[in-house]
Amino acid sequence: MEKIKALEQIASQLEDELVICNIGFPSRELYYVKDSPTHFYMLGSMGMASSIGLGLAMAQDKKVVVFDGDGSVLMNLGSLVTIANQKPKNLILVVLDNECYGSTGSQCTYASTTDLKKVAESVGFQNTFIFPELEKNIDFTPVLETEGPVFVHVKVKAGNADVPIIPLEPEEIKERFMGEVQRI
Amino acid sequence: MDSSKAVYQGLKKAGIDFVVSMPCVNLGKLLEMVECDPEIIHVPVTREEEGFGIAAGAYLGGKRPAMLMQNSGLGNSVNVLASLYTLYKLPILMIMSHRGTEGEPICAQVPMGQATPGLLDALEIAYINPKTPEEALKLIPESWLLAELGGAPLGILLDISFW
Repeated sequence: MEKIKALEQIASQLEDELVICNIGFPSRELYYVKDSPTHFYMLGSMGMASSIGLGLAMAQDKKVVVFDGDGSVLMNLGSLVTIANQKPKNLILVVLDNECYGSTGSQCTYASTTDLKKVAESVGFQNTFIFPELEKNIDFTPVLETEGPVFVHVKVKAGNADVPIIPLEPEEIKERFMGEVQRI
Repeated sequence: MDSSKAVYQGLKKAGIDFVVSMPCVNLGKLLEMVECDPEIIHVPVTREEEGFGIAAGAYLGGKRPAMLMQNSGLGNSVNVLASLYTLYKLPILMIMSHRGTEGEPICAQVPMGQATPGLLDALEIAYINPKTPEEALKLIPESWLLAELGGAPLGILLDISFW
């Protein structure tokens, strides 16, 4: 499945969950298929999405869903170790794995040979899911019902949808997101 | 007054309730105090850059974050400070053990120690350099207010002679 379809299918099954979305096309595509004040679009700082998600999950009780990528996870692999050790029950880490650096011209990552789900399991993630590339429909309910931290490996096709840049200012993204966090 | 205790009490007065850390030998006692404090969530990290990401998430979640680290970690964190903290105007207190300053016994600490103030200047991160525990205790709570008001990281450089 295409990355934008995976984002659309998962996002359509989310309600009050707080979402941290990775730099580049994942954020642009998520914004295009569904925008919400519960979304924090990380416009810079490649690699930091899972870390922001961990801090957010530990700071408050709402469920946190991170949309990360294979290249970004590889840039900050230590984050998997910290998450597995801190064990936040309200954190779901979704890795949209297209085996390439999709926002910079689809250069290959090592995710084609290194299995990121096995990496997650080996550092201590007890609950993991895999959705293979040929999957037609992603049923996210079992993921949402599983105690965190959960690692969700979604294999997607390389390539990006033709979607525009997000028209929001960074501070606007932050302020509406923080307002949503504080809303009970 | 004990230097570690002064920094700890400064953090408490500032209302810091979320700490990410990478150890330095000079931060040992402070790290123990933070770890034992039930009002502070303490997350040891694998690399300072990751710590800044976690602290940013904690701030979005309503916490007041601080990072405890050696100044070498500043070098590991340049992009996250510019592309996350400056971009989104996020506050954090950066308590940095400043190695490579006067009295440094390890020559490998000197180049990064010398580069540290210039790096902070290049990132336009304001910093203070308290020389005594009394000064640290007074300035750290005020530093948080400045960080929060300005929506920016604020550095607290603690030289070898401070400890």
